Amino acid sequence: MITIKNLKAKIDNKEILRGLDLQVNAGEVHAIMGPNGSGKSTLANVLTGHDSYEVSGGEVIFNEKNLLNLAPEDRAREGLFLGFQYPVEIPGVSNATFLQTAINEIRKYKNEEEITPKEFLAKMREKAKVVGMDSSLISRAVNTGFSGGEKKKNEIFQLLMLDPKLAILDETDSGLDIDALRIVSQGVNEYKNENNAVILVTHYQRLLDYIVPDFIHVLYNGKIVKSGGKELALELEEKGYDWITKGEN
Amino acid sequence: MSVEVKKVTPIEHFVQSAEKNITRSKNNYLKELQKQAKIDLENSVFPTVKNEEWKYTNLKKFLGNEFLPASELDKVELSKTEIEKLKFNSFDSHLLVFVNGMFEKELSDYAELQNKIIITSISEAIESKNELAVKYLSNVSTNNSSFDYLNLSNFVDGLFVHIPDNVVAEKPIQILNISGNVGAISFSSSRNLIVAGKNSQSTFVQKHIGLSGELYFNNVSTEMYIEKNGILNFYKVEVENDNSFHVEKTDVMQMRDSQFNHFNFTFSGKLIRNDINVNLSDENIESTLNGLYIANKSQHIDNSTFIDHAKPHSTSNQLYKGILDDKSHGVFSGKIVVAKDAQLTNAYQNSNSIILSDDARVDTKPQLEIYADDVKCTHGATVGQLDKSALFYILSRGIPKDKAMSMLITAFAESVVAELKIDELKDEINHLIFEHLNRDKVL
Repeated sequence: MITIKNLKAKIDNKEILRGLDLQVNAGEVHAIMGPNGSGKSTLANVLTGHDSYEVSGGEVIFNEKNLLNLAPEDRAREGLFLGFQYPVEIPGVSNATFLQTAINEIRKYKNEEEITPKEFLAKMREKAKVVGMDSSLISRAVNTGFSGGEKKKNEIFQLLMLDPKLAILDETDSGLDIDALRIVSQGVNEYKNENNAVILVTHYQRLLDYIVPDFIHVLYNGKIVKSGGKELALELEEKGYDWITKGEN
Repeated sequence: MSVEVKKVTPIEHFVQSAEKNITRSKNNYLKELQKQAKIDLENSVFPTVKNEEWKYTNLKKFLGNEFLPASELDKVELSKTEIEKLKFNSFDSHLLVFVNGMFEKELSDYAELQNKIIITSISEAIESKNELAVKYLSNVSTNNSSFDYLNLSNFVDGLFVHIPDNVVAEKPIQILNISGNVGAISFSSSRNLIVAGKNSQSTFVQKHIGLSGELYFNNVSTEMYIEKNGILNFYKVEVENDNSFHVEKTDVMQMRDSQFNHFNFTFSGKLIRNDINVNLSDENIESTLNGLYIANKSQHIDNSTFIDHAKPHSTSNQLYKGILDDKSHGVFSGKIVVAKDAQLTNAYQNSNSIILSDDARVDTKPQLEIYADDVKCTHGATVGQLDKSALFYILSRGIPKDKAMSMLITAFAESVVAELKIDELKDEINHLIFEHLNRDKVL
């Protein structure tokens, strides 16, 4: 699905990613953990094409295409999705309009027919139910006046509506109470199947109780310094990062 | 042998047309009023950039044109079908049509007026000795300058509306001002006088629309007098011809417990200057002045407001937003005076602009003079670009940059547009925004 080789990236001339390697196959869930400032959000943003970051080396192959050469909108049309750490408010543009435009742009790119309003409405109702969003939130402007939890639910709602090949969820669990965390996790589990993949970027082992990863990677100083199965999370919970990062400086 | 040609100054030029205009005036009262205005015009000068209130707006090129009075040039013949296309069509309204400053009764449609609302031309109102028309014509207007004298001495006909006490006008009153296409560089002076009675409620939508053809100068003066507890909404939309000039002054006098909501939307026109003066002469008055302007190419759009808080317990809100592309230039100057007597005044002023190109420019000049000590006054001005993080968010969902920008422009304009009380007008305004920016609307 996605192959990241020796990826290096800078922001304001400061190197954040220093040669990162990662391979994610269809059907897999990967969790990326690590202390603050290790480069987790940078990775998410670089993969999505944020122009504040400068890629200074390495390559990323997504669907047999060189991802780094694509504009952000084309990456999305190829099937990449970022669940934002801080979803943005867009007053004056309704959630429905926003999503319908996005779905049709993606369909246009793939030479598919536009979604009919009827189809769209039915899909919206179905997916909103999964994340417990009521219809008033859907007709409201994108994220405008939403609480932190509502914004995160809206990210997962968008994930379900757009049904991408690869979902990168950047700290989608941060700041959620346990009920919201359950709902968000339920949404991700609903989305997940053998043809797509998930990269979870998180601080907290708690999320992994609800979304079980196949692999856990520890990111430190811009590189993956340790990888393992889901049991690694428990070890991290117990011992922290020091035992891994010692000697990495 | 040399012949000395004395060049006529712009003031002299307009004085000459005023003289002709006054000889045609049939009513003695109006004649005297216009004669005096002509003398005032003679004794005035047009403002230059040295004048603090006109610091950012240079009139030199504009006044270099020789404008002939439109009333003496070709009459523009418009059919009812053409009027249908020019006016706002999406909502029901009483329609008053002006072509180059002249009231066109035949093209207007206000037959179903109810509740004794008076709509007539200023000259007819004066001729029939309407007390309110006589009392308020040219008397609401303050801080007069050369443009006021130019308007008063040159106006041929104007609009007088009286909403009587306790009357709620159910339908909006649409004033359609059509300008241009008279076969030469021209000017016209339109004038409106609106008196809103006690406890009355009314909404006006004024659309200025330019025809193609030679450039023109549209000089507008509007006076509004709002009696106790009256509510007046005034939505103004400027879609002038691209090469043309629009200088407008709006004067408002508000009595106790009254509400005034003025929205100024500016789209096309080469140079636009809107002055609005509101006098909050008594207690518990609410006044809102909002504006949205979209400028591109080399357009110059200048909005200047003056709010005079004279008495306690009143509130004024101002929000002006601008979207500027290409080499356009936007100006907002907002003056608020809170008199010593005007304790517990709330006065809020905000100006936000978004610049879409490197060559566009905005100047903002807030000016607060506060003489009372227990007041809440805030002002703020921002100039920025479209929110980059929001842009990235939209792109990341597969939406192309052009559409993403359109979404953000909608989002930016929303806080002004959303407050309009006519839903169909919101759609029309949104449509105009995108048409003027040559962008596809997303919604």
